[in-house]
Amino acid sequence: MAQVELRQVRKSYGGDEIIRGVDLMLRDRELTVFVGPSGCGKSTLLRLIAGLEEITSGDVLIDGERVNEVPPSKRGLALVFQSYALYPHMTVAENMSFSLKLAGVGKAERERKVMEAARILHLEALLTRRPKDLSGGQRQRVAIGRAIVRHPKVFLFDEPLSNLDAALRVRMRLELTRLHRELEATMIYVTHDQVEAMTMADRIVVLQGGQVEQVGSPMELYNHPANQFVAGFIGSPRMNFLEAKAKENGEGETELVIGGSTATAPARLGVDLTGTGDAVTLGIRPEHVQVVSSGGLPTRVQGVEHLGSESYLHLATIAGEPLTVRVNGQTEVRPEQTVEVAFDPRFVHIFDRNGASLRRADDPSSSPAKPVGIGPGVSVV
Amino acid sequence: MISHATWRKMWMTALGWAASLVVAFPVFWMVLTSFKTETEAISRVPHLLFAPTLGNYRAIGAQARYLRFAWNSVVVAMGSTLLALLFAVPSAYSMAFHPTRRTRGTLLWMLSTKMMPPVGALVPVYLIFRDTGLLDTRTGLVVVDALANLPIVVWMLYTFFKDVPREVLEAGRMDGASALREIVDLLMPLSLPGIASTSLLAVILAWNEAFWSLTLTAAKAAPLTAFIASFSSPEGLFYAKLSAASTMAIAPILILGWASQKQLVRGLTFGAVK
Amino acid sequence: MSTTQTSAGRRSRASGLPGAGNAGFYANLPSIGVLLLWSVVPLGMTLWFCFRRYNLMAPERNGFDGLGNFRYLLSDPGLGMAVWNTVLLLGAVLVITVGLGTLLAVLFDQEFFGRGLARVLLLAPFFVMPTVSALLWKDMMLQPDNGVLAFLWRSFGFRPVDWFGRLPLLSIIVIVSWQWLPFAVLTLLTAVQSLDAERIEAARMDGAGPIALFRYILWPHLGRAVSATVMIETIFLLGVFAEIYVTTAGGPGFASTNLSFLIYRYVLMEYDIGGAAVASLLAIFLANLLALFLMRSFARNLDT
Repeated sequence: MAQVELRQVRKSYGGDEIIRGVDLMLRDRELTVFVGPSGCGKSTLLRLIAGLEEITSGDVLIDGERVNEVPPSKRGLALVFQSYALYPHMTVAENMSFSLKLAGVGKAERERKVMEAARILHLEALLTRRPKDLSGGQRQRVAIGRAIVRHPKVFLFDEPLSNLDAALRVRMRLELTRLHRELEATMIYVTHDQVEAMTMADRIVVLQGGQVEQVGSPMELYNHPANQFVAGFIGSPRMNFLEAKAKENGEGETELVIGGSTATAPARLGVDLTGTGDAVTLGIRPEHVQVVSSGGLPTRVQGVEHLGSESYLHLATIAGEPLTVRVNGQTEVRPEQTVEVAFDPRFVHIFDRNGASLRRADDPSSSPAKPVGIGPGVSVV
Repeated sequence: MISHATWRKMWMTALGWAASLVVAFPVFWMVLTSFKTETEAISRVPHLLFAPTLGNYRAIGAQARYLRFAWNSVVVAMGSTLLALLFAVPSAYSMAFHPTRRTRGTLLWMLSTKMMPPVGALVPVYLIFRDTGLLDTRTGLVVVDALANLPIVVWMLYTFFKDVPREVLEAGRMDGASALREIVDLLMPLSLPGIASTSLLAVILAWNEAFWSLTLTAAKAAPLTAFIASFSSPEGLFYAKLSAASTMAIAPILILGWASQKQLVRGLTFGAVK
Repeated sequence: MSTTQTSAGRRSRASGLPGAGNAGFYANLPSIGVLLLWSVVPLGMTLWFCFRRYNLMAPERNGFDGLGNFRYLLSDPGLGMAVWNTVLLLGAVLVITVGLGTLLAVLFDQEFFGRGLARVLLLAPFFVMPTVSALLWKDMMLQPDNGVLAFLWRSFGFRPVDWFGRLPLLSIIVIVSWQWLPFAVLTLLTAVQSLDAERIEAARMDGAGPIALFRYILWPHLGRAVSATVMIETIFLLGVFAEIYVTTAGGPGFASTNLSFLIYRYVLMEYDIGGAAVASLLAIFLANLLALFLMRSFARNLDT
């Protein structure tokens, strides 16, 4: 059993509040990823849990026990640093057994535990080497090994893959998730890379400005972002946002007018737009926009990126708002051309002026496919 | 055909060597004089060619006095360095890895204590030493030299400690290391070259320290700086022997200093120049 | 505005730790304690003795003396000379070492044959203990009968100069400059070498000649090193003592007496503690005045 709970945790340096009242419950055996842009406080939050920083106010509980004043090594946690922070003057084996030695564990026991960790991480052949003689990936493994030998209740990872090249990163991603399954451990993983978050996490915590924006499984976050920030942060390329005006069309229906475009279409959104004023933001992911031959929203092609398996069209609406469209396979569209696009209504998100998502009555992921009614605006039954 | 670049290099060679020979000449001359007889040494026309003699070195080495002064220098230089390190290592660790909003001010304050000329403290230190029996003792000189060098040692260690990645010490903390273990098992092995060159600078400064040696010691605890100064009296006018004694007094430091010149800049400029 | 900047700078490093953090903080206290004692106790005692009549030769005539010591010191003809000599020595040595040091640093930045060895030789004076260098100059270089300079003077048909008799302060300035020139060269050379070669090339492409390169690229780059050099040299130059003690003993008259030597004379030659205390106070005041300027410019250049 290992669960971590944060209650109204705050941290400030001088007058700056870096963490502004975070409440979180991190469940046993889950791999939770803290993700957010740089400066959002995700690493600080991790260091608060680790005990490397003192909490200004609030409580951290591990397995229900308040640990605010417990020194880092007594919290039963292990932290893998971004820079690995290996002890450069010790061999791989010494690096891994240092904590056991400090804890007064006997030599035989130490060797057994180091061998066990080395086996899991395929480090057996490297035990007598020093960190400077290892490759980046191997150092990474030693850093993880140093955590494993301690059998911690919770593994903490602080951007552990950011110093690796792209290919190695993909491999280590898989290896870490394998490790997570094998060890059945609770893990907290900090990254700024939403791809890592999406591919590895059981649950994602999106942070911004020292506050939690949303907590949920990767698909929950992708399908139901709670606000415009999460919608923009999760998913690549990022979601398109267009200014829109909500209007009553006289038939009791709400219609959205997309900025600059005179084309409108009835939008029975199932969203209550009264009270939000008339200005909203429409969000649609590039993969949910389609190029249509007629009847769509007219746009001008600014540029085309060909990736072979897919292509990205970078468009601009008449109002000048950018719009990215993902097209499967290859495309004949050329820059300076005019194309018309339509949005798959099942995947349209609406955000109010403050960026909060306006939940619709029906769930877009559960509603049946309805390729009709596509227009420049939105129509949802 | 000699290219422009070669001409330039030859000019630079001539200029560079001329400058360094002029600057080093007095030391060279002293070493040379130490191998002359006293008569040759005071000749009005300098001798460049002469039959070298080791007589001066033998004469100096035979003096029990000289050995005692040399031993005093060794004890004071080593002792004051160790004492300063004992205080400075924890201090530099604290400021490098546990900075507070006052750390910068503390560092500058430490430096400012060095701005006070030693003579400003002469009266009180002299009286305190007189009343506590520390006058003309090696212990007294060790304490004063350690205190005088402490700000420089702290600063120098501080700049070296700042080069040790913070995460390594944090990893140690996660692994259960106490502050003492952090310093002894991680910080000191990792900054060993820095600690070595800091010690070297402290040894050099203490070895060459003259003010406190001249004012606080006499026959018993005087180090080499004071011994050499005793040659300045009229009855001590033996240039060749003075040269031999001086050469022996500066040789160890000259060698240590040359070996560590690169690190010394950094230490002496408090990390402002690396 | 500046507060947000400093706190942002601190953020990356600041760590208050439960447990170990306190030990980390307390580790600084022993040094602070002894340095506080080392600076405050002498200052306090000095202040006390300023107002006391106290001569070690006549300890029974000990007592409160009001401003007697101040009056006595101000009437001492040596005082004005000592202050002036202290300032002159400091200024002259700084100008000589930083000026020559910059030239030599640029010279030693060039490739030439045997540069490493030449640089090692150039550094020698810095490691020579002050009493040795003073005697070396006094007895072997500047000695008017058989000194090397006397020989040179005679070789060119001039009469040798009695350096310490006629030009005592200049002689001391020569010795001290010789001792500190290597330090200036070493520091400035390190700084010159840290100058990005591409920046010089860029300036060349922009049409800068050697003088413009020095004036607009090199000199500004050296600012930090110069300020550090000036500060460190000042620390040591204000306390110049052994060089005077061994060569001129402050004379003739007060011609080469600086504040350090004046105080030494009061204490260990006249045993006048009260007078020495007042002179010390003056020396401390002068040092702090200089420190104020220097530390400010140095602190600006500092990246703690």
